[in-house]
Amino acid sequence: MTSTVNPVDEHAARAPEFPMARAAGCPFDPPPTLRDLQREGPLARVRLWDGSTPWLVTRYADQRALLGDPRVSADIHRPGYPRQAPMPPGGTGVSFILKDDPEHARLRRMVTAPFAIKRVEAMRPGVQKIVDDLIDELLAGPNPVDLVEAFALPVPSLVICQLLGVPYADHDFFQDNSKVIINRNVTPEQRSAAHGNLIEYLDGLMGEKIARPVDDLLSGLAERVTAGELSRNEAAQMGVLLLIAGHETTANMIALGTLALFEHPEQLALLRDTDDPRLIASAVEELLRYLHITHSGRRRVAVEDIEIGGEVIRAGEGLILANDIANRDPGMFAEPDRLDLRRDARRHVAFGFGVHQCLGQPLARMELQVVYGTLYRRIPTLRAAVELERIPFKHDGSVYGVYELPVTW
Amino acid sequence: MKVTVDQDRCVASGQCVVAAMEVFDQRDEDGVVVLLDPEPRAERAEDVRHAAAVCPALAIAIED
Ligand code: HEM
Ligand code: SF4
Repeated sequence: MTSTVNPVDEHAARAPEFPMARAAGCPFDPPPTLRDLQREGPLARVRLWDGSTPWLVTRYADQRALLGDPRVSADIHRPGYPRQAPMPPGGTGVSFILKDDPEHARLRRMVTAPFAIKRVEAMRPGVQKIVDDLIDELLAGPNPVDLVEAFALPVPSLVICQLLGVPYADHDFFQDNSKVIINRNVTPEQRSAAHGNLIEYLDGLMGEKIARPVDDLLSGLAERVTAGELSRNEAAQMGVLLLIAGHETTANMIALGTLALFEHPEQLALLRDTDDPRLIASAVEELLRYLHITHSGRRRVAVEDIEIGGEVIRAGEGLILANDIANRDPGMFAEPDRLDLRRDARRHVAFGFGVHQCLGQPLARMELQVVYGTLYRRIPTLRAAVELERIPFKHDGSVYGVYELPVTW
Repeated sequence: MKVTVDQDRCVASGQCVVAAMEVFDQRDEDGVVVLLDPEPRAERAEDVRHAAAVCPALAIAIED
């Protein structure tokens, strides 16, 4: 029988599984299949855990165009949305990261003020003090030590606790539950239980802030609940989003960034020998670009037909925008696989693009500038205490990084 | 160079302030962009173009 194969079916039949594995021995580079797909064309089909075959968008310019396109939705409840994992039983409450405008904008604008550049700059001396104190403790403590537990997690956790008004004493509780939520391999029941724990915890805190508002972000939300602008449940969901996003990502950048610098000693030396804020800021942008820790791709669904590169994405079809490979797009960055702290990497998409671009980016940048600008100068002999092969990477995480980084000095 | 901003589209990322502090600021109440200088001097043109290029909400327009 002769039949012409529908090109869409043909794509789907060849669809490789997503997420893909990184190459052995290349823990800092995106999976080689992503590179091949980027070279071959702007769009490819990939196969997810549930058998669905959304489009994968690999090139920098296309990703920016689509993430800035109102015909593209971030609403996880729309049919066709490419889910990372099964929906937990009973559904899930999600804050604005998985909603569209105008609802997204309404909620996001309630928490944008504390992340404005001037407000974040005013926090810099406090963050410097947190970093200095933790380094003092590190130097006075056991050697070797796990940098993740002793430094990379405490820095952003202390900072976000202060900003939100969450007691740091509860850090084991919220860090453990966050870890479950961002692990790709847990069951839907486990994920939903961890999410439930955090919602319950934040709801309790909201109760306290409603009764006795103080000067912190959660109290700001509490006042809106009292004024009837926001439901208490919406406020708790927002608190959970900010708490998770506020410490997990930055912690991974600190530990993975340090390891990448150990593997590029000449680049580490640049940071060890400088106090130039411009070089430090440039180093932060380049490490964000090069490491791209949110390696599960931005997830979206088309709400109208969209033409791209001669192909039509149909309304209702899922999209995965692999920002990690866009940050290595040779059409955008010369010699993209070279870590070069002096290059101008500011156009990277490590924080995404479009209306959902990271709310916490000014804070994350400032924290990373303080950390990268201080840690290696204060401990010039800092190095890994084990071989690269023995370091456990978060291949199973929706945010990439290392579980442990034993260091010595 | 003439610059305009669209405050309704702005998502308060602060990227324009980082790129060109003399030209862009943010409102205290919600971090939304405020245009300080609608006709920046030539030596600021490159920074302003960079701001428009990195604005995630495409809220900055430039006319030469
Ligand atoms: C280096 C650290 C960080 C990285 C790499 C990062 C990355 C990202 C990315 C890629 C997105 C876009 C998601 C999408 O488009 O689907 C995002 C959104 C978001 N991030 Fe971050 N983030 C970091 C730090 C933070 C911090 C410190 C906070 C908060 C305190 C934060 C809060 C958020 C929030 C609330 C959103 C949702 C924004 C929206 O939907 O409008 N992030 N982040
Ligand atoms: S860069 Fe764009 S979105 Fe960000 S604050 Fe400036 S105008 Fe608003």
